[in-house]
Amino acid sequence: MKLALKLGASALALTLAATSAKAEGELSLYHWFEYIPQELLDKFSAEYDVTVTMDTFDSNEAMLAALKAGKLGSYDVAVPGDYMVEIMIGEGMLDSFEPSEVSNFGNIAPQWVDVSFDPGRAHSIPYQWGSTSFSVNRDVYAGDINTTSILFDPPAELKGKINMLDSQGEVMALASLHLGIPQCTSDRDQLKALNDLLQAAKADWASFGSDVAKDVLVSGDAAAGMIWNGFSAKAREEGANIEYAFPKEGFVVWMDNVVLLKDAPNRDNALKFMNFLLEPENAAAVTNYAQYTAGVTGVDGFLSEAVTGAPELSPPADQAGEFVMACDQDVQEVYDTIWTNLKK
Amino acid sequence: MAADISSGGSSTITTYQGQGARMMLPAWVIIGFFLVLPVGMMLVYSFLTKEFRGGVIWDFSLAAYDQFFFDRGLFGDEPPKIEWTYITIFWRSIWQAAVATVLCLLIGFPTAWFIATRAGPARSIWLFAITIPYWVNLLIRTISMKFLIRDNGPLNEFLLAIGVIGEPIGLINTNFAVQLGLFYSYLPFMVLPIYASVERYNMAYSEAAADLYASKWAALRFVVLPIVKPGIIAGCILVFVPSLGAFLAPDLLGGAKNFMIGSLIEEQFKGNAGNWPFGAAASMILLSMVLVVLAFYARAQTKAGDR
Repeated sequence: MKLALKLGASALALTLAATSAKAEGELSLYHWFEYIPQELLDKFSAEYDVTVTMDTFDSNEAMLAALKAGKLGSYDVAVPGDYMVEIMIGEGMLDSFEPSEVSNFGNIAPQWVDVSFDPGRAHSIPYQWGSTSFSVNRDVYAGDINTTSILFDPPAELKGKINMLDSQGEVMALASLHLGIPQCTSDRDQLKALNDLLQAAKADWASFGSDVAKDVLVSGDAAAGMIWNGFSAKAREEGANIEYAFPKEGFVVWMDNVVLLKDAPNRDNALKFMNFLLEPENAAAVTNYAQYTAGVTGVDGFLSEAVTGAPELSPPADQAGEFVMACDQDVQEVYDTIWTNLKK
Repeated sequence: MAADISSGGSSTITTYQGQGARMMLPAWVIIGFFLVLPVGMMLVYSFLTKEFRGGVIWDFSLAAYDQFFFDRGLFGDEPPKIEWTYITIFWRSIWQAAVATVLCLLIGFPTAWFIATRAGPARSIWLFAITIPYWVNLLIRTISMKFLIRDNGPLNEFLLAIGVIGEPIGLINTNFAVQLGLFYSYLPFMVLPIYASVERYNMAYSEAAADLYASKWAALRFVVLPIVKPGIIAGCILVFVPSLGAFLAPDLLGGAKNFMIGSLIEEQFKGNAGNWPFGAAASMILLSMVLVVLAFYARAQTKAGDR
């Protein structure tokens, strides 16, 4: 979920809901760009008499860098993706809470309670989840699209017309699925194969871009593009004749999570906010806005038609996606070298 | 320059007598706080050990510079060879910036000359017109440029309609698109300094040259150019230096397929790489290059002053 425009996104601060100077308390939120409807923040402010301040970021790594550079202690909650939650736990950046402190904890969908990146949900609650694969313009290519070959060994019609997400983790994960090798492999031959695959495929790619992933499909600059499922649904709604693929080799799933930060200045309000987001009605409001999928049960009655009918949001039942893994240092350094080789 | 400041500035300040010294203080504070401190921090960081996923460990290390200059293979255990990756990236950025500077000069000089030779009120209007597009944020202007030159954008549709081309010219995601974007972004930085020089140029010199049978080209070459040269050099520096570190135009117009210096450095802080010392080292190398360019300018200025 990286809808942000790169420039200034992380610097943009919105001060919200300053309805009265005598608000009960404050809440400082560090969130993705364009990922929560303003009305929902206003609703929280009004219900709990809390002044909400939000800063935004445009990638998990940018958020981590800002927190490391001294912002930890000034925010109460942040919204990292799955693997980033694991990294932040490892770095000791998260505070923990008891399920009893969040009365709506029971609303979390059963499959999202005991997740690999935060077993038992001691530090986080689900925000939204979705998948990452790619979409193809059906006016340009009519063949089978449910294979990662579309990106890594494209048919002639699509060569030179492909946009890739400018996101190392997701590109590496899809490439690994294409090769049938495990993520974060430390096997040298497999890493070399990964490097060779990307080098060869680059000639068939037109561009890298995450914020523009939807735009290039709508405008026709790209005939196929790696994209997040909700973003693809929006592109389709804007008139692009595209279809979102669930490749047989597998696809990436991700989940964004609201985490309680260490040294949160307003820990109580942070827990109130997390509880608020676990209300089905509020979780559904986010889903209707962002067009991903909530990790909360009981939202169905609150969803808009655009969301319930979207094919992008319903992966085939017999296919499982894979989370992006956080590699250990040795492998990550090789990944960085491969990525630099790719873009040199 | 840095040496003057870090030695407390006392030697510099004593050269000013009376109130002047105190009046200079705010300027020195600003330079110290916003220039010397950050650059000094960067210099220190570039010699530290990287911490995994961003941050530094306070141990001296040359690893960042080693990574820049030596290639040790995919797994970092081969015997070192010369690393071409970053040289390639730097060279690409320099080339893009140079082309953009030349484009700016070719368009900017006649424009500045035109404006400077208008009558008073018209001159103000033309100058005003030059600045109008720059009231809009650079990001928005770069995106607009993208809309204009894309395959099914207005430029291609127009050329197709009048039959000049048979199919869209693939401009978007090319190096030329990046150069065009940089040219468009920084054109006023070329026009304004040249304008300032040309405005002070005494047209009587050109008339004298003509009276002495100089051709128009000879008059331009031997009379005009030497006099407005400081403006041209200043304009070239003001275009070249920001172009060198630009990342918006390469990302949006060039398709981000290849790193430029700016995006390479950004990746070290905001991307997966999380290698702060390397980002700092790359910045220091870039800074050194810019200082060399400025040193040339300073020398050219001194020479001009001697004459």
